[in-house]
Amino acid sequence: MHKIILIIKREYLTRVRKKSFLVMTILGPLLMAAIVIVPIYLATKGNELKTVAVIDQTGIFYEKFKNTDNIKFHYLLTDISSAKSDFRKSGDYALLFIPKTEVSIPTNAILYAESNVSINVKSYIRNVMTKQVEDLKLEAKLKDLQTDKKNPIDVQDILRSVKAVVDINTIKITDEGKEEKSYTEISMVLGTFSGILIYFFIFMFGAQVMRGVIEEKTNRIIEVIISSVKPFELMMGKIIGVGLVGLTQFLLWVVLTFGIVTVVTSTFNVKGQNKHTAEQSIVQNAAKYNPDNLPLTDSTSVNKGQEEGVNQVFEALNSVNFPVMIGAFIFFFLFGYLMYGALFAAIGGAVDSEADTQQFMLPITVPLILSIVMMQYFIQDPAGQVTFWFSIFPLTSPVAMMIRIPFGVPYWQVMLSMGLLILTFLGTTWMAAKIYRTGILMYGKKISYKELWKWLRY
Amino acid sequence: MELFSAQNISKHFSGHTALNKVNISIPEGSIFGLLGPNGAGKTTFIRIINQIIAPDEGKLFYQGRELKPNDIYNIGYLPEERGLYKKMTVGEQAMYLSQLKGLSKQDAHKRLMFWFEKFEIKEWWNKKVEELSKGMQQKVQFLVTIIHEPKLLIFDEPFSGFDPINAGMLRDEILAQKDKGATVIFSTHNMASVEELCDHIALIDDAKVVLDGPVREIKKKYKTNTFEVSFNNYHGELASILPSAFNVTKEWQDHELRIATIQIPLDTLPNQLISAFLPHATIHSFAELIPSMNDIFIRVVTEKKPETIHQQ
Repeated sequence: MHKIILIIKREYLTRVRKKSFLVMTILGPLLMAAIVIVPIYLATKGNELKTVAVIDQTGIFYEKFKNTDNIKFHYLLTDISSAKSDFRKSGDYALLFIPKTEVSIPTNAILYAESNVSINVKSYIRNVMTKQVEDLKLEAKLKDLQTDKKNPIDVQDILRSVKAVVDINTIKITDEGKEEKSYTEISMVLGTFSGILIYFFIFMFGAQVMRGVIEEKTNRIIEVIISSVKPFELMMGKIIGVGLVGLTQFLLWVVLTFGIVTVVTSTFNVKGQNKHTAEQSIVQNAAKYNPDNLPLTDSTSVNKGQEEGVNQVFEALNSVNFPVMIGAFIFFFLFGYLMYGALFAAIGGAVDSEADTQQFMLPITVPLILSIVMMQYFIQDPAGQVTFWFSIFPLTSPVAMMIRIPFGVPYWQVMLSMGLLILTFLGTTWMAAKIYRTGILMYGKKISYKELWKWLRY
Repeated sequence: MELFSAQNISKHFSGHTALNKVNISIPEGSIFGLLGPNGAGKTTFIRIINQIIAPDEGKLFYQGRELKPNDIYNIGYLPEERGLYKKMTVGEQAMYLSQLKGLSKQDAHKRLMFWFEKFEIKEWWNKKVEELSKGMQQKVQFLVTIIHEPKLLIFDEPFSGFDPINAGMLRDEILAQKDKGATVIFSTHNMASVEELCDHIALIDDAKVVLDGPVREIKKKYKTNTFEVSFNNYHGELASILPSAFNVTKEWQDHELRIATIQIPLDTLPNQLISAFLPHATIHSFAELIPSMNDIFIRVVTEKKPETIHQQ
């Protein structure tokens, strides 16, 4: 045990001290921060003019949607089904439908579009609707207050009671005219992101294990070492050592990314927050001295809408269960890596140089690449049959399950997937140890699959 | 007293037999030469001693008891295929390998300092291995082999890659290790170094031990009672002055001296050969021709006659 720790230490330290590790540690978070920040930046940046058709069955929001620099509204009086069928011909960017509800003040709407609706448009609509709903509520509240003058006016209570949450569902109208509920953007981004990341990590660090083994073989140091440690100890020490490097890199990325994102965006956020509290305090002050004139602020400014867009991204990010995501990532990375790492080590042991690895790499990389190729499908159908099987089958589950997890996966499926992954890891390690043990002492021999099979049965 | 012995060791790889019922016993404090042509099974045998691979059959004994996994701490092994991590510094690497041999960090450092000073490579401690010359790397490899002061040292072709000066240094160090009480197994093709260093040998050919015993006795066994005589003042045929049982195997002229190698029957004393010369010629030198290990090696391997002295 003492020796395997020495090996792990060496494998870990020699890699962590490399310049390339430092470069990756800095570049990674910059890249990831960019992935988070760029959409936010784009959301606030004005782009081409979009027209939104509005069908307002309630009548409450008539003429309330003011045109902005990049969003134009026009109202339709037709019914929703014909509007939907005409939608594709109309050239409109989106169709906003506010259905009539039983309660007097509606709090939800449906947004139809051909593609995903930009956060900017969505948040502007949400803002206007929220504002209007809050105004209506406030009006009603004030009416109540006027009829009932006995109670003292509690401004905080009024503000609380008028607070409204407007729910906007987005539905995609596809080419075939079919409707598809569009996935929640944040789950999609997270799923794609962690799927790619886990693929990338397994590949990168698995290949490092393989290269490490080949290096020991070509350096001819292997025999010196295995005269003092067992080949299995050397193999596991290397796999674990490199795995810890991966884990360190990942954790540094998480910490640094959060750091960068927080620093860069705090400027956005602080600005928005300040304005918000300032407005609130104006409202509060006005309420104190002039209770009859409460609705002081009218429609929100375009400016505020944009800031809300930023905040919305943050809200969405905050709604993600990061401990679960990071925990699952670490588990699936670790065991996915250990499983593949053993296979990579076996390949390294069997060949003399990296050029000879091709034929053995293929069967290992196919499931990994397949799970990346299928990613788009998994995202569109995160609970479907195919996705399910891919996320259970151990060779594809690390990537497929990580894509599914942000969408919510039943516990038993996660447990099954994890259990199978651990079992497969034990199996591949056992297999790899046998191939490795024989392979590391073989030089100058082209190894075939037949040969490997023989080694397995020694 | 034997330090190590192997009994009936067999090892088969797919399609061929690397070792076939090999018996070898290594006396304590000896330098034991493990000889044999390429592919005879020497390296397989050494790997089995180091417990890198397990034999299919047979048993290994260390100090009279069966070999245990922990005995690797009692063995220092310098393989024929040897190298170092190129990107690591010399010091780190030496520390790592020493610790793998069971030394504590402090111990390893203390001993390495001593050896680095002795081998005059101290200033290389912080250099990367790739900056070192091959000879320098060999020194590092050698000293990490002996750093844990093992009782049994195994060197597989230790001199390959050394220049004559460093080879001499290495030879002295191997002898010094022997004087300190270590037993050395020494596998090589270099018969001159066998002659110089080994007191016991085993010759493995075609997976079997074909010759085994103390060098002195092997030589005695293989001697042919051949003598080399240099003389002058006689110009006639040698056969005419020698008894008919004596056989002139070679004859040549070296400036003013005539030199001949003559084989005499085993029951004949060399004095008889001298007395045959005395009436006719002036003898300048007279010496028995002892077969070199090289001759014995070639003879045994080409004749492929299993002969064993001292079968335990």
